[in-house]
Amino acid sequence: MRYMLLIHHDEAALAAAPQKELWADYAAFNEALAKAGFSGGERLQPSSAATTVRVDGAKAEILDGPYADTKEQFAGYFFIEAADLDGAVGWAKRCPSSRYGSIEIRPVVAAEANWK
Amino acid sequence: MTSADEAARTAERVARESYGRLVAFLAARTRDVAGAEDALGEAFAAALRLWPTDGVPLNPDAWLLTVARRRQVDVIRRRQTRIAGEEHVKLIADEIDAAAEEGEAIPDRRLALMFACAHPAIERGMRAPLILQTILGMTAEDISAAFLIPAATMGQRLVRAKTRIKDAGIPFRVPEPEELPDRLQAVLDAIYAAYAKGWSEVGDTGVPEMAGEAVWLGRLVVSLLPDEPEAKGMLALMLYAEARRAARRNAAGAYVPLEQQDTSLWDDSQIALAEHLLHEANRGGPSGRYQVEAAIQSAHTARRVTGIGNWPVVVRLYDHLMALTLSPVVALNRAVAVAEVEGPEAALAALALIADDKRMAGYQPYWAARGHLLARSGQRDTAAEAFRVAIGLTTDLAVREYLQGQLAGLQDG
Repeated sequence: MRYMLLIHHDEAALAAAPQKELWADYAAFNEALAKAGFSGGERLQPSSAATTVRVDGAKAEILDGPYADTKEQFAGYFFIEAADLDGAVGWAKRCPSSRYGSIEIRPVVAAEANWK
Repeated sequence: MTSADEAARTAERVARESYGRLVAFLAARTRDVAGAEDALGEAFAAALRLWPTDGVPLNPDAWLLTVARRRQVDVIRRRQTRIAGEEHVKLIADEIDAAAEEGEAIPDRRLALMFACAHPAIERGMRAPLILQTILGMTAEDISAAFLIPAATMGQRLVRAKTRIKDAGIPFRVPEPEELPDRLQAVLDAIYAAYAKGWSEVGDTGVPEMAGEAVWLGRLVVSLLPDEPEAKGMLALMLYAEARRAARRNAAGAYVPLEQQDTSLWDDSQIALAEHLLHEANRGGPSGRYQVEAAIQSAHTARRVTGIGNWPVVVRLYDHLMALTLSPVVALNRAVAVAEVEGPEAALAALALIADDKRMAGYQPYWAARGHLLARSGQRDTAAEAFRVAIGLTTDLAVREYLQGQLAGLQDG
């Protein structure tokens, strides 16, 4: 199964973390992902750089800031292939960001399931 | 007996013995539990239609599996038209054909199914209902009666949980040894939760059956994982309670506490089996929660049967259990045992440690125990207050009457 792992950071906790170790951990994690045949994930600018758009009828509402003003913010993502949820949980635990927030695991809708 | 009756009875017997085995086998590869149940349901309907005229097949399991598999393959084929889908369908069909031909030896994947139902990604409260439905074929209606949830709500939540198993990719497998203890705990907790539903609400007619089903599941887990001491501990714990079932109520239906039960009403064979299981569990390795709780029940049983007090042992076992669980309910039971060794004042001091725990405020046994301890230490007014709270919290008629008797005794004495 294909899963997307969505990284949600507590931005304050992340900023307070020892940066050198954190990014060394991330380099190692990305290498492990590559070894397993997965493309590396992508990291987003912090939520202070976010803009949210919502169209209501003909009127577009443009707000500065993220979709939800919560302690943990969407910060990046990566895709993996795993036999089952336990495999995906294994990758989520390895991801250094799991120590500074949470990783949401979402199965990707398989192509043939669109036919239903 | 007509052949229709005979066919119906055979179908019923096969359903009881093989339902979970067949669902687990059909769902193991596709992870589609609801689909497997539907397919099997149609196979059972076909059996009831055909067996009375054609006769009961030599191997009913294999017959049901073949019919269910045809139905399942049809459904998958309709859904997946791509070549990869066809190969997948063929693989499943071949595997099921091979199993049906082997007859007796349909691989038992019930344990894997139970681990899927009790996976950490499944809502805790739905794990027991899922196991009861998928392994035993219990209806949402029967399960809802024991769990005090409307049948329609229970039905919806079961459907949602099964969809989740499929969509989230929850695995059908027995966990690796390093994660087995944690994951087995969830399976055992789910089965024990089902047992507790059947034990506490004795007034309800449908519910003692639930306790029996839970014991059956406990036996199944022990037979499939014979090296796990906690599985044996949990089965032993359930059997100690089962053994005393007849003695819990007097002829008038009133509640009888353990210390006053007529031990001649206890079921010796169930106690002997529980003792045997506990002995094996103790030999098998480190103590877990269920093993220690079973040991406490063993001590209570021995004291009542031999008349020899062993409360210090019980307190020590509770100390051990406390270290394992840190549960306020365990602290409560420990305090009650402490009263028998050091007196009610020491027990009340122990109880004070959990008095501020919010979970105790609405917990009937806490207030009942408090009432007993206060009464024993001569503090009548506060004891009466505690008994009144306990009476207000209980939903069991027999227990309420017992507590009202205690309250009245306080005023007379």
